Parts: sequence; structure tokens; C-alpha cells
Amino acid sequence: MYSEKIIDHYENPRNAGAFDRNDKTVGTGVVGAPAAGDVMKLQIKVNADGIIEDARFKTYGCGSAIASSSLATEWLMGKTLEEALMIKNTAIAEELALPPIKIHCSVLAEDAIAAAIADYRQKNPELQATDQQAASG
Amino acid sequence: MSTVKLPIYMDYAATTPVDKRVADKMFACLTGEGVFGNPASRSHLFGWDAEKMIEQARDQVAALINADPREIIWTSGATESDNLAIKGAAHFYKKKGKHLVTLKTEHKAVLDSMRQLEREGYEVTYLEPEADGLLDLEKFKAAIREDTLLASIMHVNSEIGVIQDIAAIGAICRENRVIFHVDAAQSAGKIPIDLAQLPVDLMSFCAHKVYGPKGIGALYVRRKPRIRIEAQIHGGGHERSLRSGTLATHQIVGMGEAFRIAAAEMAEDDTRIRRLRDRLWDGIKDIEAVYLNGDMEHRIAGNLNVSFEYIEGESLIMALRDLAVSSGSACTSASLEPSYVLRAIGRVDQLAHSSVRFSIGKYTTEAEIDYAIDKIHAAVSKLRDMSPLWEMYKQGVDLESVQWVTH
Repeated sequence: MYSEKIIDHYENPRNAGAFDRNDKTVGTGVVGAPAAGDVMKLQIKVNADGIIEDARFKTYGCGSAIASSSLATEWLMGKTLEEALMIKNTAIAEELALPPIKIHCSVLAEDAIAAAIADYRQKNPELQATDQQAASG
Repeated sequence: MSTVKLPIYMDYAATTPVDKRVADKMFACLTGEGVFGNPASRSHLFGWDAEKMIEQARDQVAALINADPREIIWTSGATESDNLAIKGAAHFYKKKGKHLVTLKTEHKAVLDSMRQLEREGYEVTYLEPEADGLLDLEKFKAAIREDTLLASIMHVNSEIGVIQDIAAIGAICRENRVIFHVDAAQSAGKIPIDLAQLPVDLMSFCAHKVYGPKGIGALYVRRKPRIRIEAQIHGGGHERSLRSGTLATHQIVGMGEAFRIAAAEMAEDDTRIRRLRDRLWDGIKDIEAVYLNGDMEHRIAGNLNVSFEYIEGESLIMALRDLAVSSGSACTSASLEPSYVLRAIGRVDQLAHSSVRFSIGKYTTEAEIDYAIDKIHAAVSKLRDMSPLWEMYKQGVDLESVQWVTH
């Protein structure tokens, strides 16, 4: 029932693990709920140039949820925060060939990326101005 | 460790392989050299031979449950038997009352038949079992009304394997003149059933849970005191007009042989299967945050239903790919709802999502059990390393107090 890519990410998860969530260079996003059967924790580590240099995930959920978060960490690396926010659930769903009933897993991954970035920005308010400058410039 | 053939089948509660002896008997009823005739053909030897085989199978089924062969009606399986019993009795006795009682953990064939009766104007009480999966007799008594016409309570639950006290429930039904139907799909051939003693009026059976073929079942309809039902399928008047349709000789013969074998061997099988099931539980029960679902004492030998907290059931099933098991997780069903049985016994959604049912049978070996134990340990540790909930639990976070971000 699952594509080879899902199975591969599930069998060999990329970047499973955790960063210290109190580290100022780390942004942490936790989305989902145990009662719903999925909880995704996504973490990004951002360098001085505003580039995501590393990412980690931990996921409670089905194989598709684990694969979606594993793929998300791969795609996040090397991206700016703005670029990271462009990662859409549809691209994740397409890459993994998620079955229709599992599309919500990719939505959760997109939400987790947004939550991790929001957390990073909240911890580093001084960056907001530069970010916005960059966005408008 | 001795070698085992993968994947290992541990889903005997879903269905069982057909016993070779059963398959041989079935094959003898198919081709031109065999007994292929229509048992309803009264004008030639082919029909008479087939009818003889049908009646022999009826005797074999009746013998396992200590009933009169005339109390057995062939159906296509337990689902049809449940439909025929519940709708058939409700329709026949509709002047007697319009209220029915059942359990929330019944099979969908019972629950959906009840729903259909509700659409027809009947009223149904759906009782909640206790946390151990068993029905509280006082609650059952209290649910019975003046106009209660039928109660349907399953013998053994398919998900958690608990055995209801149908003797006591039936006695309450008798006192209150309520017809008692029991779905025995998961119990027949596994635990003794004596219908000469049990106060049960209607009982559903199927062959494929006891090493017989799929697509064949039976309904027991008591003769003394006589219980009447209204046919749900009309046609050539087969089975005393209670269930029309040409009898499937090979299927019926298969069910008869499967029930004959069960009667002869079930005590021995039960002892062996129970030992293997206990070995499996002993091998995994010391893993942290592991819970058994359903009472252990009043439980069928082949069933073990376990929740592995902080792990989602479907991902566990993927990790246990070498084991053919089933899960109460939402992700394995089309509905995205976790097991209604586990919810009915009060398991929070998270534990329902984390549940796995291991059901073993007469072909399960000790080597398979030991292989499974090792696999389970490895999978649980891999998935917990990856679980944010496990991490929080280990850090002492109370998951109940967390504000979850949901859609």
C-alpha cells in the first residue's frame, strides 16, 4: 500500500533526533495531538547567515507521518527561513506518493515547519527587522 | 534460534487457514467424480448423495454445540446469521415489543443490524462494558424494559478476546422473557458450548475462524421453547423457508468437517495455544508503559491485545512487518477513528491508537513466538527513540496538561 519512498524514509529515517530546545539558534515546532494519532516535532538550527544548517525530527504517527517529517528535514537544510516557508504539503505528498487518506500527514509537516520557524523568530526578535527588510528588498 | 518462515501469521482472529483434512473433504464435492449434485434435487442419486452430505455436516455442527441438528440453519457466514437472528426475530415478534439491548463492543454485523432496526422504528440500548471488557450483569438487568424483545451479546470479543458470561446473561433474559441472541463466531470450536444447558435462543457461527472455509456459517434457532424468525432472503424455500438459496455442498461439508475436528481436538489445542500466548505476554509485559487490553482471566487462549504507549499502532505494524497482526489504530482503517472496542472499554484515544492485536492458533510454533518477542522489543525501542511523546514522558512532562495544536 505504501510507495518505496515512504518505506525507505520509514526504514532509514533521516535526521531523527533532537536539539536542545533552549539553544537560541534552534527553532522548535510541535504540531498534532496524541488523540488524533499524530504528533510531529520538528527542529531547525539556523546559522549566523540565516541559513538552516541542520534539522531534526521526532514523530509519533503512522509510516506516512514519519516519512513526511523525515523528508521535510532533508528539504529544510541549506534553505533560508523564507525559502523554508515555501515548502508546501502538496510537494511532500507528491514526492512520497502519499495515498489520499494520508495527505493530512504532509499538512502536518508543513505546519511543523511553520511552527519551528515561528519559534525561532520569537526567540530572536532582533532578526524580525532584517527578515522583513530582506523580504521587502 | 530455529528458523521460522516469514511473514509469521498472527491474525487468527481475522481468519484461519483451512485445515488440510477440511480441504480434502471439500474437494470431494466439486468435480464430476465427486458429490457435485444439488442437494435440493429429489429425483436422482446425485441430489440424494449431496443431501446426505449436508445432513451429515449438520449433525457435525450440532454435535460441537450439543444442539439438535434440526436447530441448525445454513447461512453464508456469521454476518448473515447475525442479520437473520436479530432482524428476523425483531420482525417476527414486533407485536411483543420494540426494544432491543446490545453491547457497544459487538461486531458491526450486530451493531449495523440494530441501526437498521432503529430506522424501522425499534429502540436500541447500547450498553458500555466495564474497563475489563466484560458486561456488568446489574447494568444489563437495569437496561431491560417491559417491551424488550431481544438482547444480543457476543460470546467472545474479536478484538480483545474477552469471554462474556452468557449463562448468567441468558438466565436474566429467561426471567424477563427476552429472546437471547449470541454471536459465537469467535468462540465456537475454541471453548465448550453446550446449548442443551445454556439459556440461549439464537446463536451465530461461521467456519473460517475454526480452520474451515470462508463464505459459510450457521444460525442456531432453538426448538424448545420454540423461537420463530422471519426470513430475510426469499427464494426456493430451502432451510424450511428460513434461508433460501441453493446449498453450497462443498462449503457446508467443509464447515461440518472443521467443527468435527474442533470437537475432537479443541481441548488439546487450547492448552498448547494458551501456553504460547502466555509465553508471548511474558516476553513483552516487562517493556515500560505496555498495557494489556481486556481481562486476562476471562479471555480466549489465542488472543493478546496490547497497547504500547507513546507509539502509534500503524508505525508499529510497519516495524513488525514480519508479523501479520492487526491494529486498533485509526491509520489502519479508512475511517481515521481508533478502535471503537478499545474506546468502549474506556481506553483513551492514545492507547487505542497504540494497540496491536496478536491472535495465534493451532499452527503457531514456539519458534515463531520467540521471533516475535525479539522483533517487538526492537521495534518498540526504535520507534520510541523517534517518538516526541516518549521524549516528553521521559522528561516528566504530563501529556494531559499539554496544549496540543490541532487542525
